[in-house]
Amino acid sequence: MTIPLRLTLNGQPREIALDDPRVTLLDLLRERLGLTGAKKGCDRGQCGACTVLVDGRRINACLTLAASLDGAEILTIEGLAEGDRLHPVQAAFIAHDGFQCGFCTPGQIMSAVGLIREGQAGTDPERIREGMSGNLCRCGAYAGILEAVQDAAGRATEQREDAA
Amino acid sequence: MRRFDYIRPASVPEAVAAGQHPGTAYLAAGTNLVDLMKGGVATPERVVDITRLPGLSAIERLPDGTTRVGALVRNSDLAHDPAFAKDYPMVAEALLAGASAQLRNAATVGGNLMQRTRCPYFTDAVSPCNKRAPGSGCAALGHATRIHAVQGWSAHCIATHPSDFCVPLAAFDAVVEIAGPDGDRAVPLTDFHRLPGDHPERETDLRPGELITALRLPPEAADFRAHARYLKVRDRTSYAFAVVSAAAALTLEGGRIGRARLALGGLALKPWRVAEAEAALAGQAPSPEAYAKAADAALAGAEPTGAANAFKIELARRVAVRALTQAAAGTPARIPALPASPFGIV
Ligand SMILES: Cc1cc2nc3c(=O)[nH]c(=O)nc-3n(C[C@H](O)[C@H](O)[C@H](O)COP(=O)(O)OP(=O)(O)OC[C@H]3O[C@@H](n4cnc5c(N)ncnc54)[C@H](O)[C@@H]3O)c2cc1C
Ligand code: SF4
Ligand code: FES
Ligand code: FES
Repeated sequence: MTIPLRLTLNGQPREIALDDPRVTLLDLLRERLGLTGAKKGCDRGQCGACTVLVDGRRINACLTLAASLDGAEILTIEGLAEGDRLHPVQAAFIAHDGFQCGFCTPGQIMSAVGLIREGQAGTDPERIREGMSGNLCRCGAYAGILEAVQDAAGRATEQREDAA
Repeated sequence: MRRFDYIRPASVPEAVAAGQHPGTAYLAAGTNLVDLMKGGVATPERVVDITRLPGLSAIERLPDGTTRVGALVRNSDLAHDPAFAKDYPMVAEALLAGASAQLRNAATVGGNLMQRTRCPYFTDAVSPCNKRAPGSGCAALGHATRIHAVQGWSAHCIATHPSDFCVPLAAFDAVVEIAGPDGDRAVPLTDFHRLPGDHPERETDLRPGELITALRLPPEAADFRAHARYLKVRDRTSYAFAVVSAAAALTLEGGRIGRARLALGGLALKPWRVAEAEAALAGQAPSPEAYAKAADAALAGAEPTGAANAFKIELARRVAVRALTQAAAGTPARIPALPASPFGIV
């Protein structure tokens, strides 16, 4: 039994015939669609390496069955930049050295994009740390990650104020 | 993961009909179910995806002041709903103290109520466990039981219920709305989760095929909005389950406590709420002595399962006193940066 799925993936409409309902969103992306940006750290919701946005909200792709996402809009790290122009959160991670080995980075960046959209943390370091606690970094690049998110969050606020 | 049939019903009656088949699991966000399926702990033959069911995603205020929350409302949406957070700040704080932002964005109200214990002998899928494999014994007894129960346990199971959300809900007399093959019914949350007794495999009051459709908070729950706190002690400040937690809510009238609510988490297979503890506070001046009496009443009869979790009894007493102290001081205007944390400023 195949399960037909319609997704909008990084802005592109996709039709997928899912042959197995056990496939998670993470495995669909990595194993079947060749999008290996989202990482498989723990595969059990404990590390955040697999963070992507579904309908604009950050979630753990490893615990989400792909079959349940018919009609959803999915944004992964591959869809974040506009051509060669990096997304401001990506640029901030580079500017502030928000990584070392880079394994957790796609998840950190997608989580930060989600956090900024949620609009609860502002640039308050304690609220950002708490809001990013679902993303572990084994290299311990937390200081740089915090600075990057603060910087990007500050710019996003300025942009909103300019637009208003 | 074991193979299963995937069904996506279009309505609640269709879901309930599909759910009656033995070996069926309802799928909400999957943050607990898929985790347990990967570990071989949950092995459903049929998965009924309820995420698209219509009519289960609203937060409504009924004419009598009751708040009704659909079973599919996401944990983060409920916590950040301005009207909900204003009237039930203790519930919002408990929600925000659970899991991570990603998990709260996905997790549903119904799934949170139904989440399974974090007993490591249950989740390892191989140890003897009366909950997972009825009659096989309890591997936890006599072993590593730091996170296990000190209230309401039996010789057959000493697990605890891990939900933060359920603790303030119990304190506020929340009611669970259920749809089933024999029609709709409603059960108080305090009767919804079962203590283990002789049948630890029977975890809730739900009967086969029954589906949680909503949660109701009675009008009185909002009377506590000015003095209500959730406090959670955990092994790290964020993204960790409670070792012990407390939901404490008061009404203050003329310098005295009017009504009091107190429920404790991490102690038993359900939120632990003791009528005597609340009665001990009513009519008293808010004071450390009054809080200590209430905490003693809440911990009456507590017994550790071994040396490893004896600390929980004194810890729970202190967490209860601290939560009551914080509640009396007043609900902060905004939920603190570290929700429910003992390390926060307020
Ligand atoms: C790493 C990690 C950390 C966590 N930390 C915390 C924490 O600190 N505090 C806390 O409280 N929780 C914590 N959780 C648990 C989390 O809150 C639950 O996984 C979540 O609430 C489950 O909701 P869900 O919608 O994903 O349910 P699912 O996983 O889809 O379902 C869970 C169970 O509920 C049943 N179910 C779902 N909806 C219904 C319904 N409407 N009617 C009947 N049955 C239903 C399912 O069949 C299944 O048995 C954590 C989880 C993870 C993975
Ligand atoms: S405490 Fe309960 S859940 Fe844990 S092993 Fe014993 S029977 Fe199983
Ligand atoms: S891989 Fe999904 S949270 Fe670790
Ligand atoms: S940069 Fe190496 S794990 Fe975060």
